[in-house]
Amino acid sequence: MIEIKNLFKSYQMGNTSLKVLQGINFYVKEGELVSIMGSSGSGKSTLLNIIGILDEADSGEYILDGVPIKNLNETLASQYRNKFLGFIFQSFNLINYKSALDNVALPLYYQGKGRKERYEISRYYLNKVGLGPWEHHLPNELSGGQKQRVAIARALASHPKVLLADEPTGALDSQTSLEVMELIQKINDEGKTILIVTHEQDIAHMTKRIVYLKDGKIVDDRNIDQHRILNHV
Amino acid sequence: MFSLERWQEIFQAIAKNKLRTFLTGVSVASGIFILVILLGVGKGLENGISRVFSRDAETRISVRTGVTTKEFKGLNPGRRIQLRNGDFDFISRYYSDILEYKSPVYQVWSASMVHGNETGSYRCEGVWPDFQFIENASLVEGRFINYSDLKYREKFAVIGYKVRSDLFPEMESPLGKDLKVNNTVFKVVGVFSDPGGEREEARIFIPLSTAQQVFSAGDQIRNISMTLPMSDSYDEALFRSLAFTDKISSFLKERHRIDPEDASAIVISNTLETAKRFYDLNAIIKIFFWGVGICTIIAGIVGVGNIMLIIVKERTKEIGIRKALGATPISIVSMILQEAIFVTTLSGFSGLILGLFLLEIIGPKIDSDFFYKPEVDFNIAITTVFLLVGAGALAGFFPAFRAAKIKPIEALNDV
Repeated sequence: MIEIKNLFKSYQMGNTSLKVLQGINFYVKEGELVSIMGSSGSGKSTLLNIIGILDEADSGEYILDGVPIKNLNETLASQYRNKFLGFIFQSFNLINYKSALDNVALPLYYQGKGRKERYEISRYYLNKVGLGPWEHHLPNELSGGQKQRVAIARALASHPKVLLADEPTGALDSQTSLEVMELIQKINDEGKTILIVTHEQDIAHMTKRIVYLKDGKIVDDRNIDQHRILNHV
Repeated sequence: MFSLERWQEIFQAIAKNKLRTFLTGVSVASGIFILVILLGVGKGLENGISRVFSRDAETRISVRTGVTTKEFKGLNPGRRIQLRNGDFDFISRYYSDILEYKSPVYQVWSASMVHGNETGSYRCEGVWPDFQFIENASLVEGRFINYSDLKYREKFAVIGYKVRSDLFPEMESPLGKDLKVNNTVFKVVGVFSDPGGEREEARIFIPLSTAQQVFSAGDQIRNISMTLPMSDSYDEALFRSLAFTDKISSFLKERHRIDPEDASAIVISNTLETAKRFYDLNAIIKIFFWGVGICTIIAGIVGVGNIMLIIVKERTKEIGIRKALGATPISIVSMILQEAIFVTTLSGFSGLILGLFLLEIIGPKIDSDFFYKPEVDFNIAITTVFLLVGAGALAGFFPAFRAAKIKPIEALNDV
């Protein structure tokens, strides 16, 4: 599903160049649930952003579901994001003047789907994350966990090949974190490929594979026994 | 641009962001509104002044007399100067080649007039045939005074439209009917209207010779009115007119033994000169109004531009989210522009309509000689609306374009 070869990325900070990723080789198969760990500054978020086509690598190869991601213009990048990827952010990134339902429907709007179909699909996913009755609520009328679940529904709505979550539980208390992670596990059980960036060990252990990043390099990459969450939702 | 889906998306953004919609709208609407009012008032003043000076022929020169204020050749001040037929005869003969129209006038400011059961008090003026053109009067029916009337001292009257409607109501035509003026019976031969309106139409004209006889005035006349032919250029006409006025003035002063410096014994009013003063004033007013109007529009453009910049800044994060979810740069730019154009157009036209409406309501209520029919050149108003809309769109385009171009991750990190 994801093939990354020899990926480099650096940021220009004034006169010094900050090397964030230094030769990443990384493969993810379909249906995997991978967590990327590392201390802050290790480059884990940057890697996720590059995988999410939100950011560009300086050099290296990135193939997403057989499609090489290289030299895309913004229009094409947007279309790929829309078609292949679903995002879950630490700060939820919901549009605050749109109801839960409208937020979930937004990627479908950019897929060019009609209003009726959009709402039909969106309702299905809102129900799936357990927020059916909250569809008309604005984001600031929802709790943090609820917001993140709306964001997950939104990420799922466009039928992406890969779900990318950047610290999905970073802004949530531990109980809510468990609920969100349980949802993520459930979605993975249905066959969706999911990448999670986190710095929390216990969250990472709820995935099936942990990749450790340090100073822009992968220092460890192993499959683990997944810690299943049961009976929280 | 015309997809229903996109409009729904935009209306949602507008409905959920009332404050920014309101601010944009108010800044555009008030700019247009102020401009419409300014231009309307300017035009009203211009129309008013034009109307005042279209009452009479524009090259009209009138000579009246008053009381001397200066001693001259042993004569005491305080003498009343009286114009007589002789004065007019001399002027008309001497200047026959430069005068266009000429008429001596003997008027009675208030004469009682009776027809049947209707009575009223109106101005009665004894004039020559040329007076019709000096007054800019046009005949509604019948004819004006002619030379034969003058010669035979006919008791014929040409009545103003106001007199006609007051004294001959519900009558098909007053022509040939009797009109008693101070107990002398006149026959109505014509009805006239005057661009000066009701005030100028509340009077009648009769032959000068008849007037002098009926009012026992001998050969006295109250004023001499005349016009010069209009020259090609306004300035030349004014120059000639002033030169002529000087000549008449010194001639009459000599004839009546008046100090050449005495300003109140012979009073010559020159329509052209007065008109020029007002037109000059008018031009200044116009420049002023336009200046203020243009400044208002500039302020409006800057205001709209400013708001657009802030809106785009405020929506940077939203733009990032939308891009992460698959919005193309074009869809971002057009979303922002479409909203901006929609709001500015709508509020621009609201301001326009409100301004026009106000002018329409208030305009007729202002009763002044110098203010008439305030109106706005619709093309100018529409152009201004589009100018503001364009400026808003342009001011929104660049930041929107930039925001659509930056990497979504940077937009997302925007706080």
